[in-house]
Amino acid sequence: MAIDTLSPPLPPEPKVELADDAGRTNPARWLIVAIPYLWLLLFFAAPFLIIAKISLSDTAIAMPPYTPTFQGFGNLGTFFSQLDFENYAYLASDSIYIKSYLNSLRIAAISTVLLLLIGYPMALAMARAKTSLRPILVMMVILPFWTSFLIRVYAWIGILKPEGLLTVLFQSIGLMGEGEQVQIFRTDYAVFIGIVYSYLPFMVLPLYAALEKMDHTLLEAASDLGCPPWKAFWRITFPLSLPGVIAGSLICFIPITGEFVIPDLLGGADTLMIGKTLWTEFFNSRDWPLASAIAVILLAVLVLPIVYFQNQQQKAG
Amino acid sequence: MAKSLGPVKRKFSPWTDPTSVPFIRFENITKRFGNFTAVENLTLDIYEREFFALLGPSGCGKTTLMRMLAGFEEPTEGRILLQGKDLAGVPPYRRPTNMMFQSYALFPHMTVEKNIAFGLEQDKLPKAEIAARVEEMLKLVKLEQFAKRKPSQLSGGQRQRVALARSLAKRPKVLLLDEPLGALDKKLREETQFELTDLQHTLGLTFLIVTHDQEEAMTVSDRIAVMDKGVIMQVATPAEIYEAPNSRYVADFIGDINIIEGAIVSNSGAASGGVMLDCDGLKIAVDQECPASTGDRVAYAIRPEKVRLGIEPPADTAVNAAAGEVYDIGYLGDFSLFLVKLDDGRIIRAAQANIQRLVDRPLTFGDRVWVHWSRDAGLVLTR
Repeated sequence: MAIDTLSPPLPPEPKVELADDAGRTNPARWLIVAIPYLWLLLFFAAPFLIIAKISLSDTAIAMPPYTPTFQGFGNLGTFFSQLDFENYAYLASDSIYIKSYLNSLRIAAISTVLLLLIGYPMALAMARAKTSLRPILVMMVILPFWTSFLIRVYAWIGILKPEGLLTVLFQSIGLMGEGEQVQIFRTDYAVFIGIVYSYLPFMVLPLYAALEKMDHTLLEAASDLGCPPWKAFWRITFPLSLPGVIAGSLICFIPITGEFVIPDLLGGADTLMIGKTLWTEFFNSRDWPLASAIAVILLAVLVLPIVYFQNQQQKAG
Repeated sequence: MAKSLGPVKRKFSPWTDPTSVPFIRFENITKRFGNFTAVENLTLDIYEREFFALLGPSGCGKTTLMRMLAGFEEPTEGRILLQGKDLAGVPPYRRPTNMMFQSYALFPHMTVEKNIAFGLEQDKLPKAEIAARVEEMLKLVKLEQFAKRKPSQLSGGQRQRVALARSLAKRPKVLLLDEPLGALDKKLREETQFELTDLQHTLGLTFLIVTHDQEEAMTVSDRIAVMDKGVIMQVATPAEIYEAPNSRYVADFIGDINIIEGAIVSNSGAASGGVMLDCDGLKIAVDQECPASTGDRVAYAIRPEKVRLGIEPPADTAVNAAAGEVYDIGYLGDFSLFLVKLDDGRIIRAAQANIQRLVDRPLTFGDRVWVHWSRDAGLVLTR
């Protein structure tokens, strides 16, 4: 047609690259994924392998205080032939180590239950508080972090020691006579107090996160269907907060098991915890291989159940 | 035979029978939140087996009214009676009402089955009976094959059905529906509206629905209460609300309408000449009983579909007729909406059903046209 011949030719359509295809071959994309793995490899896998290697070595009066040490690839055969499981056998033979492990697990378990019992009502109250009040409450939970952890534990010594603040308080309100003193310091009770105090924010925050995002109309729906509030808690609120309960419990249980500072400062001579035992082997006995073996076993004790548990969780979810 | 307003959905009108006893009675209910009055001195009767709609813009107090019946809020003043019994102080979990929530509020950690069984378990029914009832409910909402799914694995429409099944499972005396279809798309919503009506007729329960969607209220309900700022403006059947609104507010809220301000010239009753209005030169005659007297300022309200539109002038151009030109056209498929700018500057909306596919001479912008209407097409509103 006439009009067609008059109009100028259309410019060629621009080629449109599909974003998806471009992404798949983009090296930058792989780099982003690789960085965290590289980080883990460098700062978790490598140190762990070194520890694992030391745990298979023998003590030596040298620097570093163990043999064999890596002497180049030529001697790799002799190097491996000198490694053995002697230290692990020793750990099994002396009951103090097994007791330390078991006692650590016991203290961690009891502390975690205590933390749940104290932290859950706190988190629930925070989640149910007025929206304007919540950031202040969260702030108050985080506030202790502004002071060094070590200083806070030392402060507890001042409170718990026989002539400490607690004794003064009890005496002043008449709960105790002049001669009496609080006998908590350097016992397991002091360890529990210290642990529960130090770890409470780590329990409260994940619980709060889980409870805060819960839809309040679910409770209205439960009530509407004939479920009184106390039952609704166990049927709706608690099951829906389980991810928070699990997260909080793991975040507390794992480091408590390996805790060293609190039992060392607040606990008594008979407070056996694996962290303390490890410290003694490493610094007092200078037995690096044995201390490394303790660390490897501790890792196995904690990691294996968690990996199993997470697998189960993923299957259920 | 007297003319009636619109189609009759079913022979059910206990509200016209002075001997019938209301099932639910809101008696002088006032609800305040701090300084804000959500519901003000409201009295309303709802009858057994009625499908009743509370309709109004958001913030008009309709949801508050429903939540007071469910027990989530207590009235500040007044009382709510269910079958003659005062509900004051009865917690939600002891009230024979069940609610379908706007957000559905399905328990995310329970399967469809468990969600539906939840209310029945609270009544401590035997296991076999619960299972039978759950199955019946699943069948009712056609979700049998989804019994073991979690709510997160369902589509919006399916979730809505689970919510409905859960709220119906306990056979409540009153089912409360809080904007139940808001989250569905238009087609599904329409379909579900008819299903809801069917369901209500089959089960013979009393339904109370809260909605801001006038089409939804009109489709499903026997009667509608139009609310504004905590007060009921009108309670009537959908047809009455649409065809005989009692106020400018109701007329304007429901559907599309032309409102023309004017003054009464004469008023001699529907039988002998009706009402004559003068609206700044436009003469309007209406066959209607009207409480207003000569000289009163009133409004004349007429729905667009009742305004006739043509190029030729009507037989009588003195009354109920005006000339103008086509100012704007909205083509809606089934209807076309014409905005006609009268010679005096007023805009009149006239709707024409597109009953023919092919039109000889379609109207277009700027065409000179006449709008006219019959004496019973619109009505005089005094408030």
